[in-house]
Amino acid sequence: MTVTKGEPPAGGTAASAPQRRSHVPGAGTPAAAAIDEARRAMLHDSRVKKRTRIGADALMEALVRQGVDTLFSYPGGVILPIYDILADYPEVRHILVRHEQGGAHAADGYARASGKVGVCMGTSGPGATNLVTGIGTAMLDSVPMVALTGNVASPLLGKDAFQEIDITGITLPMTKHNYLVRHADDIPRVVAEAFYLASHGRPGPVHVDFTKDALQQETRAEHPTEEEVVAGLPGFRPTIEGHPKQIKTAAREIANAKRPLILAGHGVLIANAEEELRAFAEKAQIPVAWSLLGIGALDEDHPLAYGYMGMHGWKHVNRAIQAADLLIAIGMRFDDRVTGSVATYAPYARIIHADIDPAEIGKNVAVEVPIVGDAKRVLAALAKAVHPVAREARAEYLDQLDEWRAESQAASWHGSGGWREGVMTADFVVARIGELTDHVGTYVADVGQNQMWTARYTRFKRPNSHISSGGLGTMGYGVPAAMGAALGNPSAETWALVGDGGFQMTSQELMTLVADNIPVKIAVLDNKKLGMIRQWQEIVYAGNYHSSHLPGPDFCKLADAYGMPSWKASRPEDVDTAIKAAQAVDGPALIWFEIEQEQNVFPFMTAGKGLSDLIETWGGPEE
Amino acid sequence: MTPDTAAHAAPPPRAIPGSGEAHRHALIVLVMDRPGVLNRVASLMRARNFNIDSLAVSRTDREHISRMTITLHGDDVAVEQAAKQLYKLVDVLKVQDVTADQVVEHELALIKVRASDANRGEVIKIVELYKGRVVDIAPESVIVEATGSESEIDALVALMRSYGIKELVRTGAIVMLRGAGSIEEALKL
Repeated sequence: MTVTKGEPPAGGTAASAPQRRSHVPGAGTPAAAAIDEARRAMLHDSRVKKRTRIGADALMEALVRQGVDTLFSYPGGVILPIYDILADYPEVRHILVRHEQGGAHAADGYARASGKVGVCMGTSGPGATNLVTGIGTAMLDSVPMVALTGNVASPLLGKDAFQEIDITGITLPMTKHNYLVRHADDIPRVVAEAFYLASHGRPGPVHVDFTKDALQQETRAEHPTEEEVVAGLPGFRPTIEGHPKQIKTAAREIANAKRPLILAGHGVLIANAEEELRAFAEKAQIPVAWSLLGIGALDEDHPLAYGYMGMHGWKHVNRAIQAADLLIAIGMRFDDRVTGSVATYAPYARIIHADIDPAEIGKNVAVEVPIVGDAKRVLAALAKAVHPVAREARAEYLDQLDEWRAESQAASWHGSGGWREGVMTADFVVARIGELTDHVGTYVADVGQNQMWTARYTRFKRPNSHISSGGLGTMGYGVPAAMGAALGNPSAETWALVGDGGFQMTSQELMTLVADNIPVKIAVLDNKKLGMIRQWQEIVYAGNYHSSHLPGPDFCKLADAYGMPSWKASRPEDVDTAIKAAQAVDGPALIWFEIEQEQNVFPFMTAGKGLSDLIETWGGPEE
Repeated sequence: MTPDTAAHAAPPPRAIPGSGEAHRHALIVLVMDRPGVLNRVASLMRARNFNIDSLAVSRTDREHISRMTITLHGDDVAVEQAAKQLYKLVDVLKVQDVTADQVVEHELALIKVRASDANRGEVIKIVELYKGRVVDIAPESVIVEATGSESEIDALVALMRSYGIKELVRTGAIVMLRGAGSIEEALKL
């Protein structure tokens, strides 16, 4: 083990397990009290009263009214009117990111960890386009986010002015809604609408673009009440309650089913419906599988928690789906990574599909019982409507499932696909990170093999403890999203579990972590490869390894250059010591795990195949 | 565990939504009259891989509300999906597929047709049969104005083709439900 900073590694020192704390972000902390104090003080802030109230003030007031405590942003010409007054609003902590993409991912991670709306900001032109990847990531994963950008002054709009780009044209198809604001008087209404839209119904990113003159104009426009906001959005009336008739039909289907399976998606977590899910599953004795973003919907140690499904999901879970006679899908969207080939998906199953977004129902698979509604309300209604079932009544089914689980875990868990004596495998590393944090930290994955290993082997016991770019699959997401997650839920120890490829896409945020002392522990799983690409090339493209070998820097020297303590672990016996050393640091830290270079993630499903065609091991091409 | 039905035969493949037989649908879409709303609708249809056959948009008699008539081809599930996606746009107030309903459907076409002294009378006669009218006469051409359903216009255009069509412009269909009911009045605003 190499210690690059002069600080003592934790071997035998104060590297105890992390403290278990409340899972309610920030509640009752000194920081929250300080913010309340600052908010009260602000009402009497003489500086605000003594100068003209401009559009930028209306924006900042609106943010404060929405309870925004953190703004991830990078300055630029047209948003300087905001930076000029930012210091007047101490209740909003400004995090100076090193790239706008980092800011957008941080706002996303903040939102997922806290359940609140994440806010990021960038200037016109390149500042705005740099946010786009993060906005798209939030869109695909239904993350409540408000992205703010400046634009050139309205007389210059459309003139190809310096740093002008049609950013609302760019974000139009990848936001829930967007606005171009040209008048300061519109700012209070538009910002209130943006927050309302981002956080109600199916959440998503809302982008607001302000012309520079709108930010500079004097305004007396008042902030609307929530009733006024709702009245101003007549086209936005999400359905919250599941239709009683559909609930009744669903309960009848459930009563008739012999092999029912619940599929829990991100919607369960977004709706805070974990308790309702558990109650429903327990009452009807139905096992629960989850999608990548549904991880954490049920404690993995719960007897009815069955596991992660889909392309790289557990074999026993996919087997159960293929054998099920009823799928009860809650807040998930039958994405292609979940179903594989739709034609052969769950061939014996009737499907109940509940989602708050009616467009998701029937989009990818036809369903027998559609229910439009909020996951929390629907699950509560289902729990009430179903007849209680004793475990014994389902014993044959549940025992069979347990048997399948035991088989597939024996084959996979620290088995043929992973842990081998003396070899540093990724699944071992991510499992130890889970164990040494008591499975109650926040674990933010990047994208690729690291993401699948994290999903499969870290084990999650708490809602919102797993954060990952599921829909868009954005490499470079991990570190900045973990930065936001650490601020969004400071009570949980936050880990970024990233590959060497994704890490190198946004590693500039190491500086933000150090400068603001944001306590993210970064585990770089370095196989010197674009591992998932390499895996596809090995199995599908006959070993034609073009551009998947990825030489990287000395990651400890890199961390050192930013002033971040770091450790390197290349042997299994160094793993625990390095993790404990990083945990002992009061602030960010990095561990460089040199893992086996050619480890694959199994099971694996290639394009066009179904869940019954999972590849479980790979011994090279067949003769 | 053997699924009950497995002993007999493998179940048929699950149908892919939207893969059924495509036919023409007409949608009435009421939207907020705001900048960019047409762009939002068009962008959504493009991004979701729906092909718009025609789109007509205008103001209504209600302040801030515009009305679109969209015709497109697809199976019922695909068009229902298009309608549901349209509903997600914040500026969209109402989407109604009126394909199966009793409607008045019209579009307006202007057709500039080659016509000389020798055959102008013949052209005009045909146009009158189709309840169209000639709105401009030049030495070598006439402009024909016609209203009717898409198929009526198609038929007239086909006949005019034998004389030589110099230009053709069509507004796309506009549609209204027959009877006293009103989808605009049904909006709860």
